[in-house]
Amino acid sequence: MSKASSESSSTAKISSFALIAIIITLVVAIMALFNAVQAYLMGEVDVATILLIVGFIGVGACTYMLLQMRQRIIRLRIEMPPITTTIECRKCGFKTVREFQRGDYIFKEVEPCQKCNEKMLITAIYREVREKMKATFPF
Amino acid sequence: MNMAVMLLAALATLQKWLLQMPGELFSQIVSIIFIFLLLFSMFYGQRLQLRIWLNEIEGSLYKLKYLRDEGRRIAIEAIKEVGKPQTDPTPKVDRFLEYFTISPQSLDPVGIVWKLEHILDVRDARFKDEVKLLAPSADETQINNLENTLEAAMALNYIYKVIRHYFLLGKKTLSLYVIMQIQMILPLVMREAEAYASALKAFAYGQPIGDGVGALVAAKLMHGFPVRKVQKDCVVATVPLEGRTAYIIKAEGPGGNVGKPGDAIKTIIEENEGKIANIIMIDAALKLEGEEIGEVADGVGAAIGGPGVDQFKIEETILKYRIPINAVIIKEDIGDAVSPMRREIFEAADKAIERIRQLILERTREGDKVIICGVGNTIGIGQ
Repeated sequence: MSKASSESSSTAKISSFALIAIIITLVVAIMALFNAVQAYLMGEVDVATILLIVGFIGVGACTYMLLQMRQRIIRLRIEMPPITTTIECRKCGFKTVREFQRGDYIFKEVEPCQKCNEKMLITAIYREVREKMKATFPF
Repeated sequence: MNMAVMLLAALATLQKWLLQMPGELFSQIVSIIFIFLLLFSMFYGQRLQLRIWLNEIEGSLYKLKYLRDEGRRIAIEAIKEVGKPQTDPTPKVDRFLEYFTISPQSLDPVGIVWKLEHILDVRDARFKDEVKLLAPSADETQINNLENTLEAAMALNYIYKVIRHYFLLGKKTLSLYVIMQIQMILPLVMREAEAYASALKAFAYGQPIGDGVGALVAAKLMHGFPVRKVQKDCVVATVPLEGRTAYIIKAEGPGGNVGKPGDAIKTIIEENEGKIANIIMIDAALKLEGEEIGEVADGVGAAIGGPGVDQFKIEETILKYRIPINAVIIKEDIGDAVSPMRREIFEAADKAIERIRQLILERTREGDKVIICGVGNTIGIGQ
């Protein structure tokens, strides 16, 4: 058990070495951009261009890697959307909705109705999914 | 920090050197770098591509490993919580995750269905016994749910191991075809693994899953009428429907159970000496991309998945008595089939009931007997 927990936590963790390397590269890339400005002011347009390209590539690569790391952690989570249980009174139609509790099942008789004291029934258990923006296709 | 200082010093030196360099030399250096990159891509391009693919597979393997570990953890926690075992169940769960089933030899296919059925029965009985030993305090419903949880954990363990196998094999041999194949099917494998991961908690908590929509339809039709048990792990209720007598069949809930609808349908047909006007089967079916979740469609044939034993039995019996068979399916994707039931799928059950009523009115006469069988895992659905 402990082995599995430690394994799963190590899977989800970001490597500190990788993080330090990204931060150093980012600093160097920003420095390259400053140097590019300096070179341009000195009239060395070719050098300025190269440093500018190096700087932008560095900043872009670091941002991409940081975003990828964040995405990896988000992807590693098992999302559990809330499950709702609908309870209905078959006699008076009184309806309540609550969060799913262990032991609930559809057509289970539960607590008496608040209005008519008749036993209530679980009539629905489902999860609601909020659809992400759907890509529109002509077909 | 020393590394950072060194890098900054190197950058300053580079800038100084570049500033002193004549323009011609600079463009020559750029040309040399370009030619070098061209030659590199010619000779090492494929290897580079292989490395990129291997990296992609490795990234997915991390996720599969995480899902496998989560599956194992959830299964162990559920067993401890529900079963209250005297000893730590971890070693037994680890052994359970490695179980395998050898399918029967098919060189001579005659009678293979019965051999397969026997193997599956043995497997089922063994799983149940193991779960009972793992969770001595669990009741029948909880045992079924724990069995389903362990099976989902087993599936995750198996997927992880197979992908790891091909990843390591590809890394060892640097074979383009091994790596390419695994990289190409990876998105589909990941979808399936994610579906099993979301199924874990549903099984552990006994929540209805998308696959159970067939059972839900049957439960809605039979609720309030007396039910009796039929072989195997199924229940049947005799319900008056549109002036006909309907035998509604489903797996016995609310524990995670699919039963053997093939045996149940055969039993009811034989009890009625074959005098059944129509059989309607309801099941969840995989939707094609672009189709709506919860779409209801009807057709003909035995709507039942699994290894094929029950479908074979149903087809054999209806052929013997020449009984027409119709099917109503509710469309969903693989992720929805094993994860907690979505609202759209739950609401589709009422649409399916409407379609069944329509089919009965169109295909049978008043006073006829019909069988309506809701197929699927009945976890979280009573009757």
